[in-house]
Parts: sequence; structure tokens; C-alpha cells
Amino acid sequence: MKELKATREGFGEGLLLAAKQNTAIWALTADLASSTGLLEFSKEYPERFVEVGVAEQNLVTVASGLAATGKIPFATSFAVFSPGRNWEQIRTTICYNNQSVKIIGSHAGLGVGEDGATHQALEDVALMRVLPNMDVIVPCDFIQAKKATIAISKTKKPTYLRLTRQKSQIITKETDKFEIGKAQILRKGQKDTVIIIGCGPLLAEALIAAEELKKEKISCTIINLHTIKPLDEQTILTLAKKTGKIITIEDHQIVGGLGSAISELLSEKLNVKYKMKIMGVENKFGESGTPEELYEKYKLNSKYIKQEVKKILK
Amino acid sequence: MDKKEVVNLLNLQAKKIRQNIIKMIHEAKSGHTAGSLGMTDVFTALYFSFLNVNPKKPKDPDRDYLILSNGHICPGLYATLAARGFFKEQELFTLRKFESGLQGHPHRESLPELETTSGPLGSGLSQACGIALSLKRDKKNNKVVCLMSDGEHDEGNTWEAIMFAHKYHLDNLLVIVDRNRIQIDGNTEQIMPLGSLREKYLSFGWGVIDINGNDMQEIVNALQRATIEREKPLAIIAHTTPGKGVKFMEHDYNWHGRAPNEEETKRALELLK
Ligand SMILES: Cc1ncc(C[n+]2csc(CCOP(=O)(O)OP(=O)(O)O)c2C)c(N)n1
Ligand SMILES: [Mg+2]
Repeated sequence: MKELKATREGFGEGLLLAAKQNTAIWALTADLASSTGLLEFSKEYPERFVEVGVAEQNLVTVASGLAATGKIPFATSFAVFSPGRNWEQIRTTICYNNQSVKIIGSHAGLGVGEDGATHQALEDVALMRVLPNMDVIVPCDFIQAKKATIAISKTKKPTYLRLTRQKSQIITKETDKFEIGKAQILRKGQKDTVIIIGCGPLLAEALIAAEELKKEKISCTIINLHTIKPLDEQTILTLAKKTGKIITIEDHQIVGGLGSAISELLSEKLNVKYKMKIMGVENKFGESGTPEELYEKYKLNSKYIKQEVKKILK
Repeated sequence: MDKKEVVNLLNLQAKKIRQNIIKMIHEAKSGHTAGSLGMTDVFTALYFSFLNVNPKKPKDPDRDYLILSNGHICPGLYATLAARGFFKEQELFTLRKFESGLQGHPHRESLPELETTSGPLGSGLSQACGIALSLKRDKKNNKVVCLMSDGEHDEGNTWEAIMFAHKYHLDNLLVIVDRNRIQIDGNTEQIMPLGSLREKYLSFGWGVIDINGNDMQEIVNALQRATIEREKPLAIIAHTTPGKGVKFMEHDYNWHGRAPNEEETKRALELLK
């Protein structure tokens, strides 16, 4: 079996690499150092590490202050609490104030599993995407999370990085390039294919679906849209124009997420007739269960992706 | 029954509840062991000698309200509710499983016996304040009890509620704080020093009773004092031992959110005999 690793682990490793290069990088947490991959950092760089206790509003506002003196703070917690609980503080003191704070929200999505709905952030991308100045990044695997962490440490912008608890498949390579705002084509189909655009570990399910559909002579292009903001309009429009059949998938509410962002773009700028299906959580909260049970119930696995591909081809 | 007999019976009950907590968290393979075991004596005293609740009529308008603000210790609450007859003991072993009423963190719509949904820390006391204020203005006599952890005193929302309760003279409100001195990343005084919660609550205008939260007699006495006519909200600071009863878990923050494996479960149950 292939090795499974969580994106939060990739963040932890990436942060160590970035911190070695740049002494301005600090890390803060709200009583979740080990859960968010900061244990090593806190030991290696105690003088650049800050523990605020269970206080997410303080977490991001202190980070804003640190950024005001030239530090590049990475503030970690679970996504439901940060950016969930402290949204207005992020809006004013980080985005409007335009400070280079990196909001790291772990345990996003149904993939959290057994902890249940209170801990499964399904709204965080929407919350962050709506804020001016904020970049929004959702890495799909361990390797990409590591690269994204290094990349965001080099920008001056407020950034939201969405991470996951569960160990998941590694679908990118160390040699793959990661560029903020540049979509990655994970799989290229033949022309007139269905375009599947997704983010996060669920892309592994899209790859499985595409492989199985190939046996039925249906070809799909898969785009890893790791940057939801700023949106790679050109890549999306160019591909969408060719086929006019677009399916999006994400472990997030349908309202306000990746699918929503793409649909805003297409409805305004795509000048051909097109069909689109947004796969995500339909106006519901999550619940306890294994990630597999939940993805089945909420219709977010390869089986349902295949169904949607066939539907859109009809 | 004299006081001593009552305390003995409560201790027996608490022991059974602790055994179930270990078994159910082991079965679930995840969950919060230390806090659940530490607060078992308080849960037991509340449900078997203090709260006016009726398992046959959980939504009785005259019932007392129990709000679990630190929702992660719900295994302790669930096991106590089962022991008190709110649902079958067998259900405990569906904890954290797919489509169970016993969600990983308490969800009111999955388990209607609950008054609130919780897990995210620091928002229970405000809800308890809302309930207490509403009952008070309706001239009703229901008691409102809010259980909180020490860790959630890091949250600003907690202190907003503490001031609120004082302003509105919520004399029908009782807080019990699990002062176990641990949180996730370590000991509370290292992660975010809380110092004396007694001094803090007193200076915010509350009444305060400090007790050993694992001494049934002290718990029962403190609860009795809580029912005496008062003009203020009252906080019982329950100094507890996290992981109480299972020596190798006691006072170790690593057991905050860890489930015992097969071998640890055996040893724990042996210690809880
Ligand atoms: C708002 C919020 N932030 C973070 C968490 C994650 N979390 C769960 S329990 C916990 C530790 C809090 O300490 P305490 O409640 O005293 O833990 P215990 O004594 O039960 O081990 C944290 C940070 C949370 N549940 N809610
Ligand atoms: Mg504690």
C-alpha cells in the first residue's frame, strides 16, 4: 500500500524548512501545537514560538501585532475556530490592516471524522475567500502542503492555508512545481472531455474515478485548483471553453467554496454554452463517523464522481 | 438514609460510570479520557443527588438545566445519563460511531436529552446565562448548572459571560469548574497561567467554593450550600485529578484526548474494580 500522510504534517515540515531560511518566520498556536504540526518548531525555535492558550481571537490579533514589526507569523488552530471564531478580527486587523499573517486552519472538512460536526470546518473557504487582500490555498496532499507553506512564507500577503487531519494519499511529486495562483493539471484527458476541478485530498477520489472511467472509454481532465484565490482564470477558462462540461468537487459547503468561485467566473466570462455540477456538502452539517462513511453518505467519493461525469455527458 | 450511606452509594455509582467511560472510549478508539474520569464524581453527584431531572420526561418545563460547556468530556456525561436511565447502557458503545446519538461532541438534535450543543470551548457559560436570565424573568425556580473546564478560561467569551452573570444577579446559576490543571499542550500554568480562579471569580462579583472534586462528601456539601438563598452567581471550583482512578493516566495531559488501547483498557478496568 502507498504511504498515507496528512497535509498538516506537510505543513509542519514545510514550516521548519522555511524557518531555517528566514528568521522572521514565527509560529503561534492556541493550545493545538501538536495537532497542527508545530511540535518540532516549538522545540527548534522556542524564541519564535508563541502559545496563547485556548484563545483564537487573541491568536490572530497578536499575530497581526507581530506582523506590524516585520515578523511573518503563522497562526495555527482548527479551522472551525480559526478562521471560524475570529473572523472579524482577521477581517479588520489582518486583511483591512493588510498584515502578512498566515492563518493555518487544520482539521477542515468531513475528513475529520469521529470528532463530529463541531470540529468539521465546512465553511472556512467561504469565510476567507470573501475577504479582500486574502489569498486562499488548499493543498491536496502532504507534498503540496509542504510546498505551499514555503511559498506562502515568501509573500507579503495575508493568507489562509486549509489543512486536514486525516492521513491521505500522496498524489503529487516532489518535482512538481507549486506556484500560488497557478492551477495544476493532474491528468489530461482527450479533447471534449469532462473537466473535473477540485482541491484537497478528495482529488485522489477524482483520480480513481477517472481511471475507472477510462476503461469505459470516457476521458476526464483533472485540475488541482490548490489556489482558490487568486483564481487561475486563464487555465480554467481555456479548458472550460473547449468542453463546456465542468464538475467541481470539494470537502466544503457548496455555497461559497471552490465550485462557487468557479461558477462566479464562468457565469461572467465564459462565452460558450456550458454545463456545470458543483459537488460538495449540500447545506448540511457533518457528523461523527469514519471519513469513508461520511464521504459515502455525503456523496463525495469516486463512485459519485463517476455518476456525475456520466450525467453531465448525457 | 444518613449522609454517609448516600456518599457510599454515590461512590459505587461513580465507579460503574468510570468503568463504562473506559470501555466506551476504548470501543470508539478515540475520545477524551482524562477529563471524563476526573469529573465523574461531580457528574454522579449532580445526576443522583442534586438535579431535578426525570428520564421519562427529559423536556419537563420544571427541570433543572445542565449545560456541559467543555463538550469534549461528553463520555462522562453520556455514561452518567445512561446510569440515570435516560437511555440504554448498550448505546454507550456507539460513541463516535456513524449515525449514533452519541456524537463525538454533544449535539442536541442527535440526543434530545441535551440542553445544548458543545465542543467549541468558551461558549457554554453565555448560553447558561441566557437560560438563567430567561427563567429568572419568568419567575421560575429551575436551577441552571454549567460545567466548564479550566482550559476554557483562556477564552475571552468566558469572561464576558462571567461579568454578565454578575450584572444580572443570576442567583439561579451555578458553575462548576473542572480545575484539573491540564489542557491539550500541557499544564495550564505553563500554557496560559490561570492562577487563582477563586480570586478571579470573587473579584468579578461571584460567590466561590473551592472543593476537592473527587471527594464525594465535599461535592455533596458544596451542592447543598449552592441551594441556600443567595444573591450572586456561584462558582464551585472543583480541584480534580485528571484521569482519576487510573493511576497511569492521572495528572498526565497526554491523556487529555487519548483512547486506551486493548492492554491499557484491561489495566484500567483492573484499577477501577
Ligand atoms: C474554541 C476551541 N478551541 C480549541 C479547541 C480544541 N480543544 C479541545 S479541548 C482543549 C483543551 C482545553 O483544556 P481543558 O478543557 O481544560 O482540557 P481537559 O482538562 O479536559 O484535558 C482544546 C484546546 C476547542 N474545543 N474549542
Ligand atoms: Mg483542564
